Amino acid sequence: MQADVAELDKTEPSNRPAPEAAVDRPRLAVHGLTRDHGAGRGCFDVSFDLWPGEVIAVVGESGSGKSTLLACLGGLGRPDRGQVLLDHAEHGGVDLHHVSERARRDLLRTTIGFVHQNPRDGLRMNVSAGANVGERLMALGWRHWGRIRAETSRWLARVELDAQRIDDRPSDWSGGMQQRLQIARSLVTAPRVLLLDEPTAGLDVSVQARLLDLLRTLVRDGRLAVVIVTHDLAVARLLADRTLVMQGGRVVEAGLTDQVLEDPQAAYTQLLVSAQLQA
Amino acid sequence: MTPLLSIRGLSKRFTLHQRGGVALDVLRDFSLDLRAGECVAITGPSGTGKSTVLKCIHRTYRPTAGVITLTPAPGQAVDLAGADDRAVLHARRHWIGCATQFLRVIPRVSALDLVAEPMLETAAPDDTEARAAARRAAARLLTRLDLGTHLHALPPATFSGGEQQRVNLARTFAVPRPLLLLDEPTASLDAANAERVIGLAREALDRGAAILAVFHDPQVRARLASRVVTVATET
Repeated sequence: MQADVAELDKTEPSNRPAPEAAVDRPRLAVHGLTRDHGAGRGCFDVSFDLWPGEVIAVVGESGSGKSTLLACLGGLGRPDRGQVLLDHAEHGGVDLHHVSERARRDLLRTTIGFVHQNPRDGLRMNVSAGANVGERLMALGWRHWGRIRAETSRWLARVELDAQRIDDRPSDWSGGMQQRLQIARSLVTAPRVLLLDEPTAGLDVSVQARLLDLLRTLVRDGRLAVVIVTHDLAVARLLADRTLVMQGGRVVEAGLTDQVLEDPQAAYTQLLVSAQLQA
Repeated sequence: MTPLLSIRGLSKRFTLHQRGGVALDVLRDFSLDLRAGECVAITGPSGTGKSTVLKCIHRTYRPTAGVITLTPAPGQAVDLAGADDRAVLHARRHWIGCATQFLRVIPRVSALDLVAEPMLETAAPDDTEARAAARRAAARLLTRLDLGTHLHALPPATFSGGEQQRVNLARTFAVPRPLLLLDEPTASLDAANAERVIGLAREALDRGAAILAVFHDPQVRARLASRVVTVATET
């Protein structure tokens, strides 16, 4: 069995993080991104760089365009204008929205992880937890059932799910468990960029704390590059190095998270920060 | 020799948009040189911007005017007042330690891990040896600051103010950074624990670190600071 595993190690495509290029490059370079839904909704002229090991929070109220922005970053929506350059492990900067449909699907499978606010949008509820994670490895080209199952079990354990439940369907699980499964599904392919859309919204506070702590550990240990959309400034404070504040589809302030929260410059950020309950 | 930290004409104005744009000048035209191995205390009446100086250097506050030059090594000078966010993050990670009176508690993270964390920022995640060493060093620091081993595994949310402050200080002294910013480091501590903090600060100075601090306790100030600078806003 051991020899078999060693042999297969050589043949399964890697789901380990690619070694860093000698030249320091942003994982994600966003230039002038615009998606106009009409009536002032959408996101307009958003630009920023996301570096390896960095977490950026995008905060703002409902309708501020933060989810539209994230959808464009994750290839779920197409921008009207602007660029999303992904630092592909082999090909360098690839424009997510100006490649062939096939190349784009490939990028989404290997290079980007996306965690939806509602686990129902990110999981397949009618198949087992193990299949939810394992099928992402199969999409990478993994073929050996034992290897896939072992790697899947490893990831279930990493997100603090009982590996005994690998054959359960997630439909009966609690929201917190579903969300952790979604994170395992997103990270199992070692994406270069992880995008999270309000991952803790709708969860009980104690479940939220556990999920945030888990994310914090995964981000730090994996040197992930992350964009997390949240309306909760405490989540930004806990996870993010930098924070972008959105209002009416535009970034009205960008800065170090502690600076944005303690010395907010824009009128809207000052309003947002002063409205936050102190815990 | 170039000072480690050189501040020229530092000013900080808060513009309160929720109050009709009223402007508060909390710090005006502050200058200072700080050399490696020296401890300088900032004094002045309450509300004159002592902590503001520290927060501008750390860039928790965005300076309104002035230059803050940090020179951790020859040829590596960075202007913290004007540097972009990424350069500031780099400076914080490698060169600037900062302790306030208040610990930002993270749910579910133990006191030991909080203190070990800054030591592991440069270690590979699978470097189990580095992790074990960092945890041992963290345990020694906590014990030295009179936080017994029974507390190490607990998240500090339930700790007293003084205990939390000591966790914060252990975190700050855990890594030998060239610049330490201490904001009332002994404010919630009894005499014995203040003494332990003085010991740690002296060791940091001996290895060549520079300390810029606001002390509430004149005796602690007198024992650590070789120089005092006063901030005063014009009225």
